[in-house]
Amino acid sequence: MSIIALDRLAKSYRVYQKKEGLFASFAGLVRREYRDVDAVSGIDLRVEQGEFVAFLGPNGAGKTTTLKLLSGVITPTAGTARVMGFVPWRRQNEYRRRFALVMGQKNQLWWDLPAQESFRLHQQIYRIPPDRFQRTRDELVDLLDVADLLKQPVRELSLGERMKMELIAALLHLPDVLFLDEPTIGLDVVAQHNVQQFLKHYQETRRITILLTSHYMKDVAALCRRVVIITQGRIMYDGSLAGIVDRFSSHKVLTVSFGGGQVPNDVVRYGDVLALEPPKVKLRVARSAITDVLASVLANHAVEDVSVEDRPLEEAIAEMFALAE
Amino acid sequence: MVARVLTWWTVLRICLEERLVYRGDFALGTLMRFLPIVTQIFLWSAVFSSVRGDRIETYSFENIVAYYLLTMVSRALSSMPGLASGIARQIRDGEIKKFLIQPVDMIGFLLLMRLAHKLVYYAVAAGPFALVFFLCRGYFSGWPPPTVMLAYLASLVMAFLLGFFLEAAIGMLGFWFLEVSSLLFVYMLFNFFFSGHMFPLDMLPAPWDTFVQWIPLQYLAYFPAAVFLGKVQGAAMVEGLWIQLAWTVLLMIVCRVAFHRGVRRYSGYGG
Repeated sequence: MSIIALDRLAKSYRVYQKKEGLFASFAGLVRREYRDVDAVSGIDLRVEQGEFVAFLGPNGAGKTTTLKLLSGVITPTAGTARVMGFVPWRRQNEYRRRFALVMGQKNQLWWDLPAQESFRLHQQIYRIPPDRFQRTRDELVDLLDVADLLKQPVRELSLGERMKMELIAALLHLPDVLFLDEPTIGLDVVAQHNVQQFLKHYQETRRITILLTSHYMKDVAALCRRVVIITQGRIMYDGSLAGIVDRFSSHKVLTVSFGGGQVPNDVVRYGDVLALEPPKVKLRVARSAITDVLASVLANHAVEDVSVEDRPLEEAIAEMFALAE
Repeated sequence: MVARVLTWWTVLRICLEERLVYRGDFALGTLMRFLPIVTQIFLWSAVFSSVRGDRIETYSFENIVAYYLLTMVSRALSSMPGLASGIARQIRDGEIKKFLIQPVDMIGFLLLMRLAHKLVYYAVAAGPFALVFFLCRGYFSGWPPPTVMLAYLASLVMAFLLGFFLEAAIGMLGFWFLEVSSLLFVYMLFNFFFSGHMFPLDMLPAPWDTFVQWIPLQYLAYFPAAVFLGKVQGAAMVEGLWIQLAWTVLLMIVCRVAFHRGVRRYSGYGG
């Protein structure tokens, strides 16, 4: 049985449409116009135990709303969801002791107290036996290398250090399912890398199920084998990261270095020129024509070097988002 | 059961620690509470010097000062600065999510947080309170009998709970209105006049004297002071305690229902 099962899950919001200007603000006191926004429109999804799944999508696509539904923060308009057999929005304590939600922009730690006090509180809230608490905390503190920061008030930690503490707090009760909503947002490259490495190691070691939303393709590429792309509240793709390019990229990039220091004048017949730095040229060629084009180039010109690459993943995904809208 | 007690004890301990972080603000806030006593004594001495006789209704000047000192004690327990606005803010900016995902009861958590605030406040303010009461001992006619003292303490505990659930219920309206500051302003205005904070409520003429009987605000300040001073005695005192208990339970239920209904319509604002 799947650890996470969503069937036709939907959530819509009623959003106030405020017109521009002061007069409209006064008019809004008497009469307001609302619009129904479908944040999630009937999603079906199955996630198996031990999977690390990335949710990708443009802003407002419904990724965070889905995580909020799965963690019981909000109630759906229609459809059902079960996580480890629990209906999330019933908010049973048995369920809440078995999952964790980390939001990159939200702080669950006590701002004015050292993180270790928040950890102690989590121990009691989640009823973690003392020896297990000690063991888990020490292990996580070691892995994230934050032993020196435990006694420092949270408000005095950097964003990266705070995220590490958030992760420790979220994992102290050894959740079976972890929801991560943009855990590396705002972090510098080093901090991003550290958090990525930690999550990778932790998931591989403990085989927990993780759902991650992120706008950083590096997070996704480093961590997730399975990617679910959501646009306008619907699942548009569910598969591997490499599969996105195969399925949605209609072009490849052909780079050729011609002999003799010159690029032939008729090079445009092979494809759209993306970059021209004689004797090198970068061409955009339809996937279906790449074999013929390559054969033709090699037959008709002296070539020093040639390479065929897929388009960068970000570009393929951006094109997909644009198509969906 | 033991685990639950341990959990709540840890929550209380952490709240206490958090409360003690900002020493300067805390010390200043605690001491400033005593300033209004001086202005009230001046105000009432001016009022008494301008009326004929030495009494207003059933109150002498000494009674009034004693009454005012006692309402200061009950208000220190029943006032909940920042509670309703804090709940509404947490709803608005999404901070409330942590209470929805963790296995903890938000209302119980907030109650313990307030209890911690009050405990710290009284631990620090006990000295100044004792000094003020000692200096003003001439305004009191002695300690009340033990049964009245017990009733007084019970009414103080209930004043704390009633004040908490009243303000928490207003804060829960944030699930519907997001912003409750105007509502809170109206509440504070009513509280100011009808809790007995400004003057003893039995001075009120009709129909206001009837009006205050039908709302719970008198139990926040007036009733405990009236019990201590013997203005409410015997069967009336017992009846008053039962009514105060009924209001407390009713508002606790209102608060819980508002929370459960509010969470159902909550949109998880703030990312």
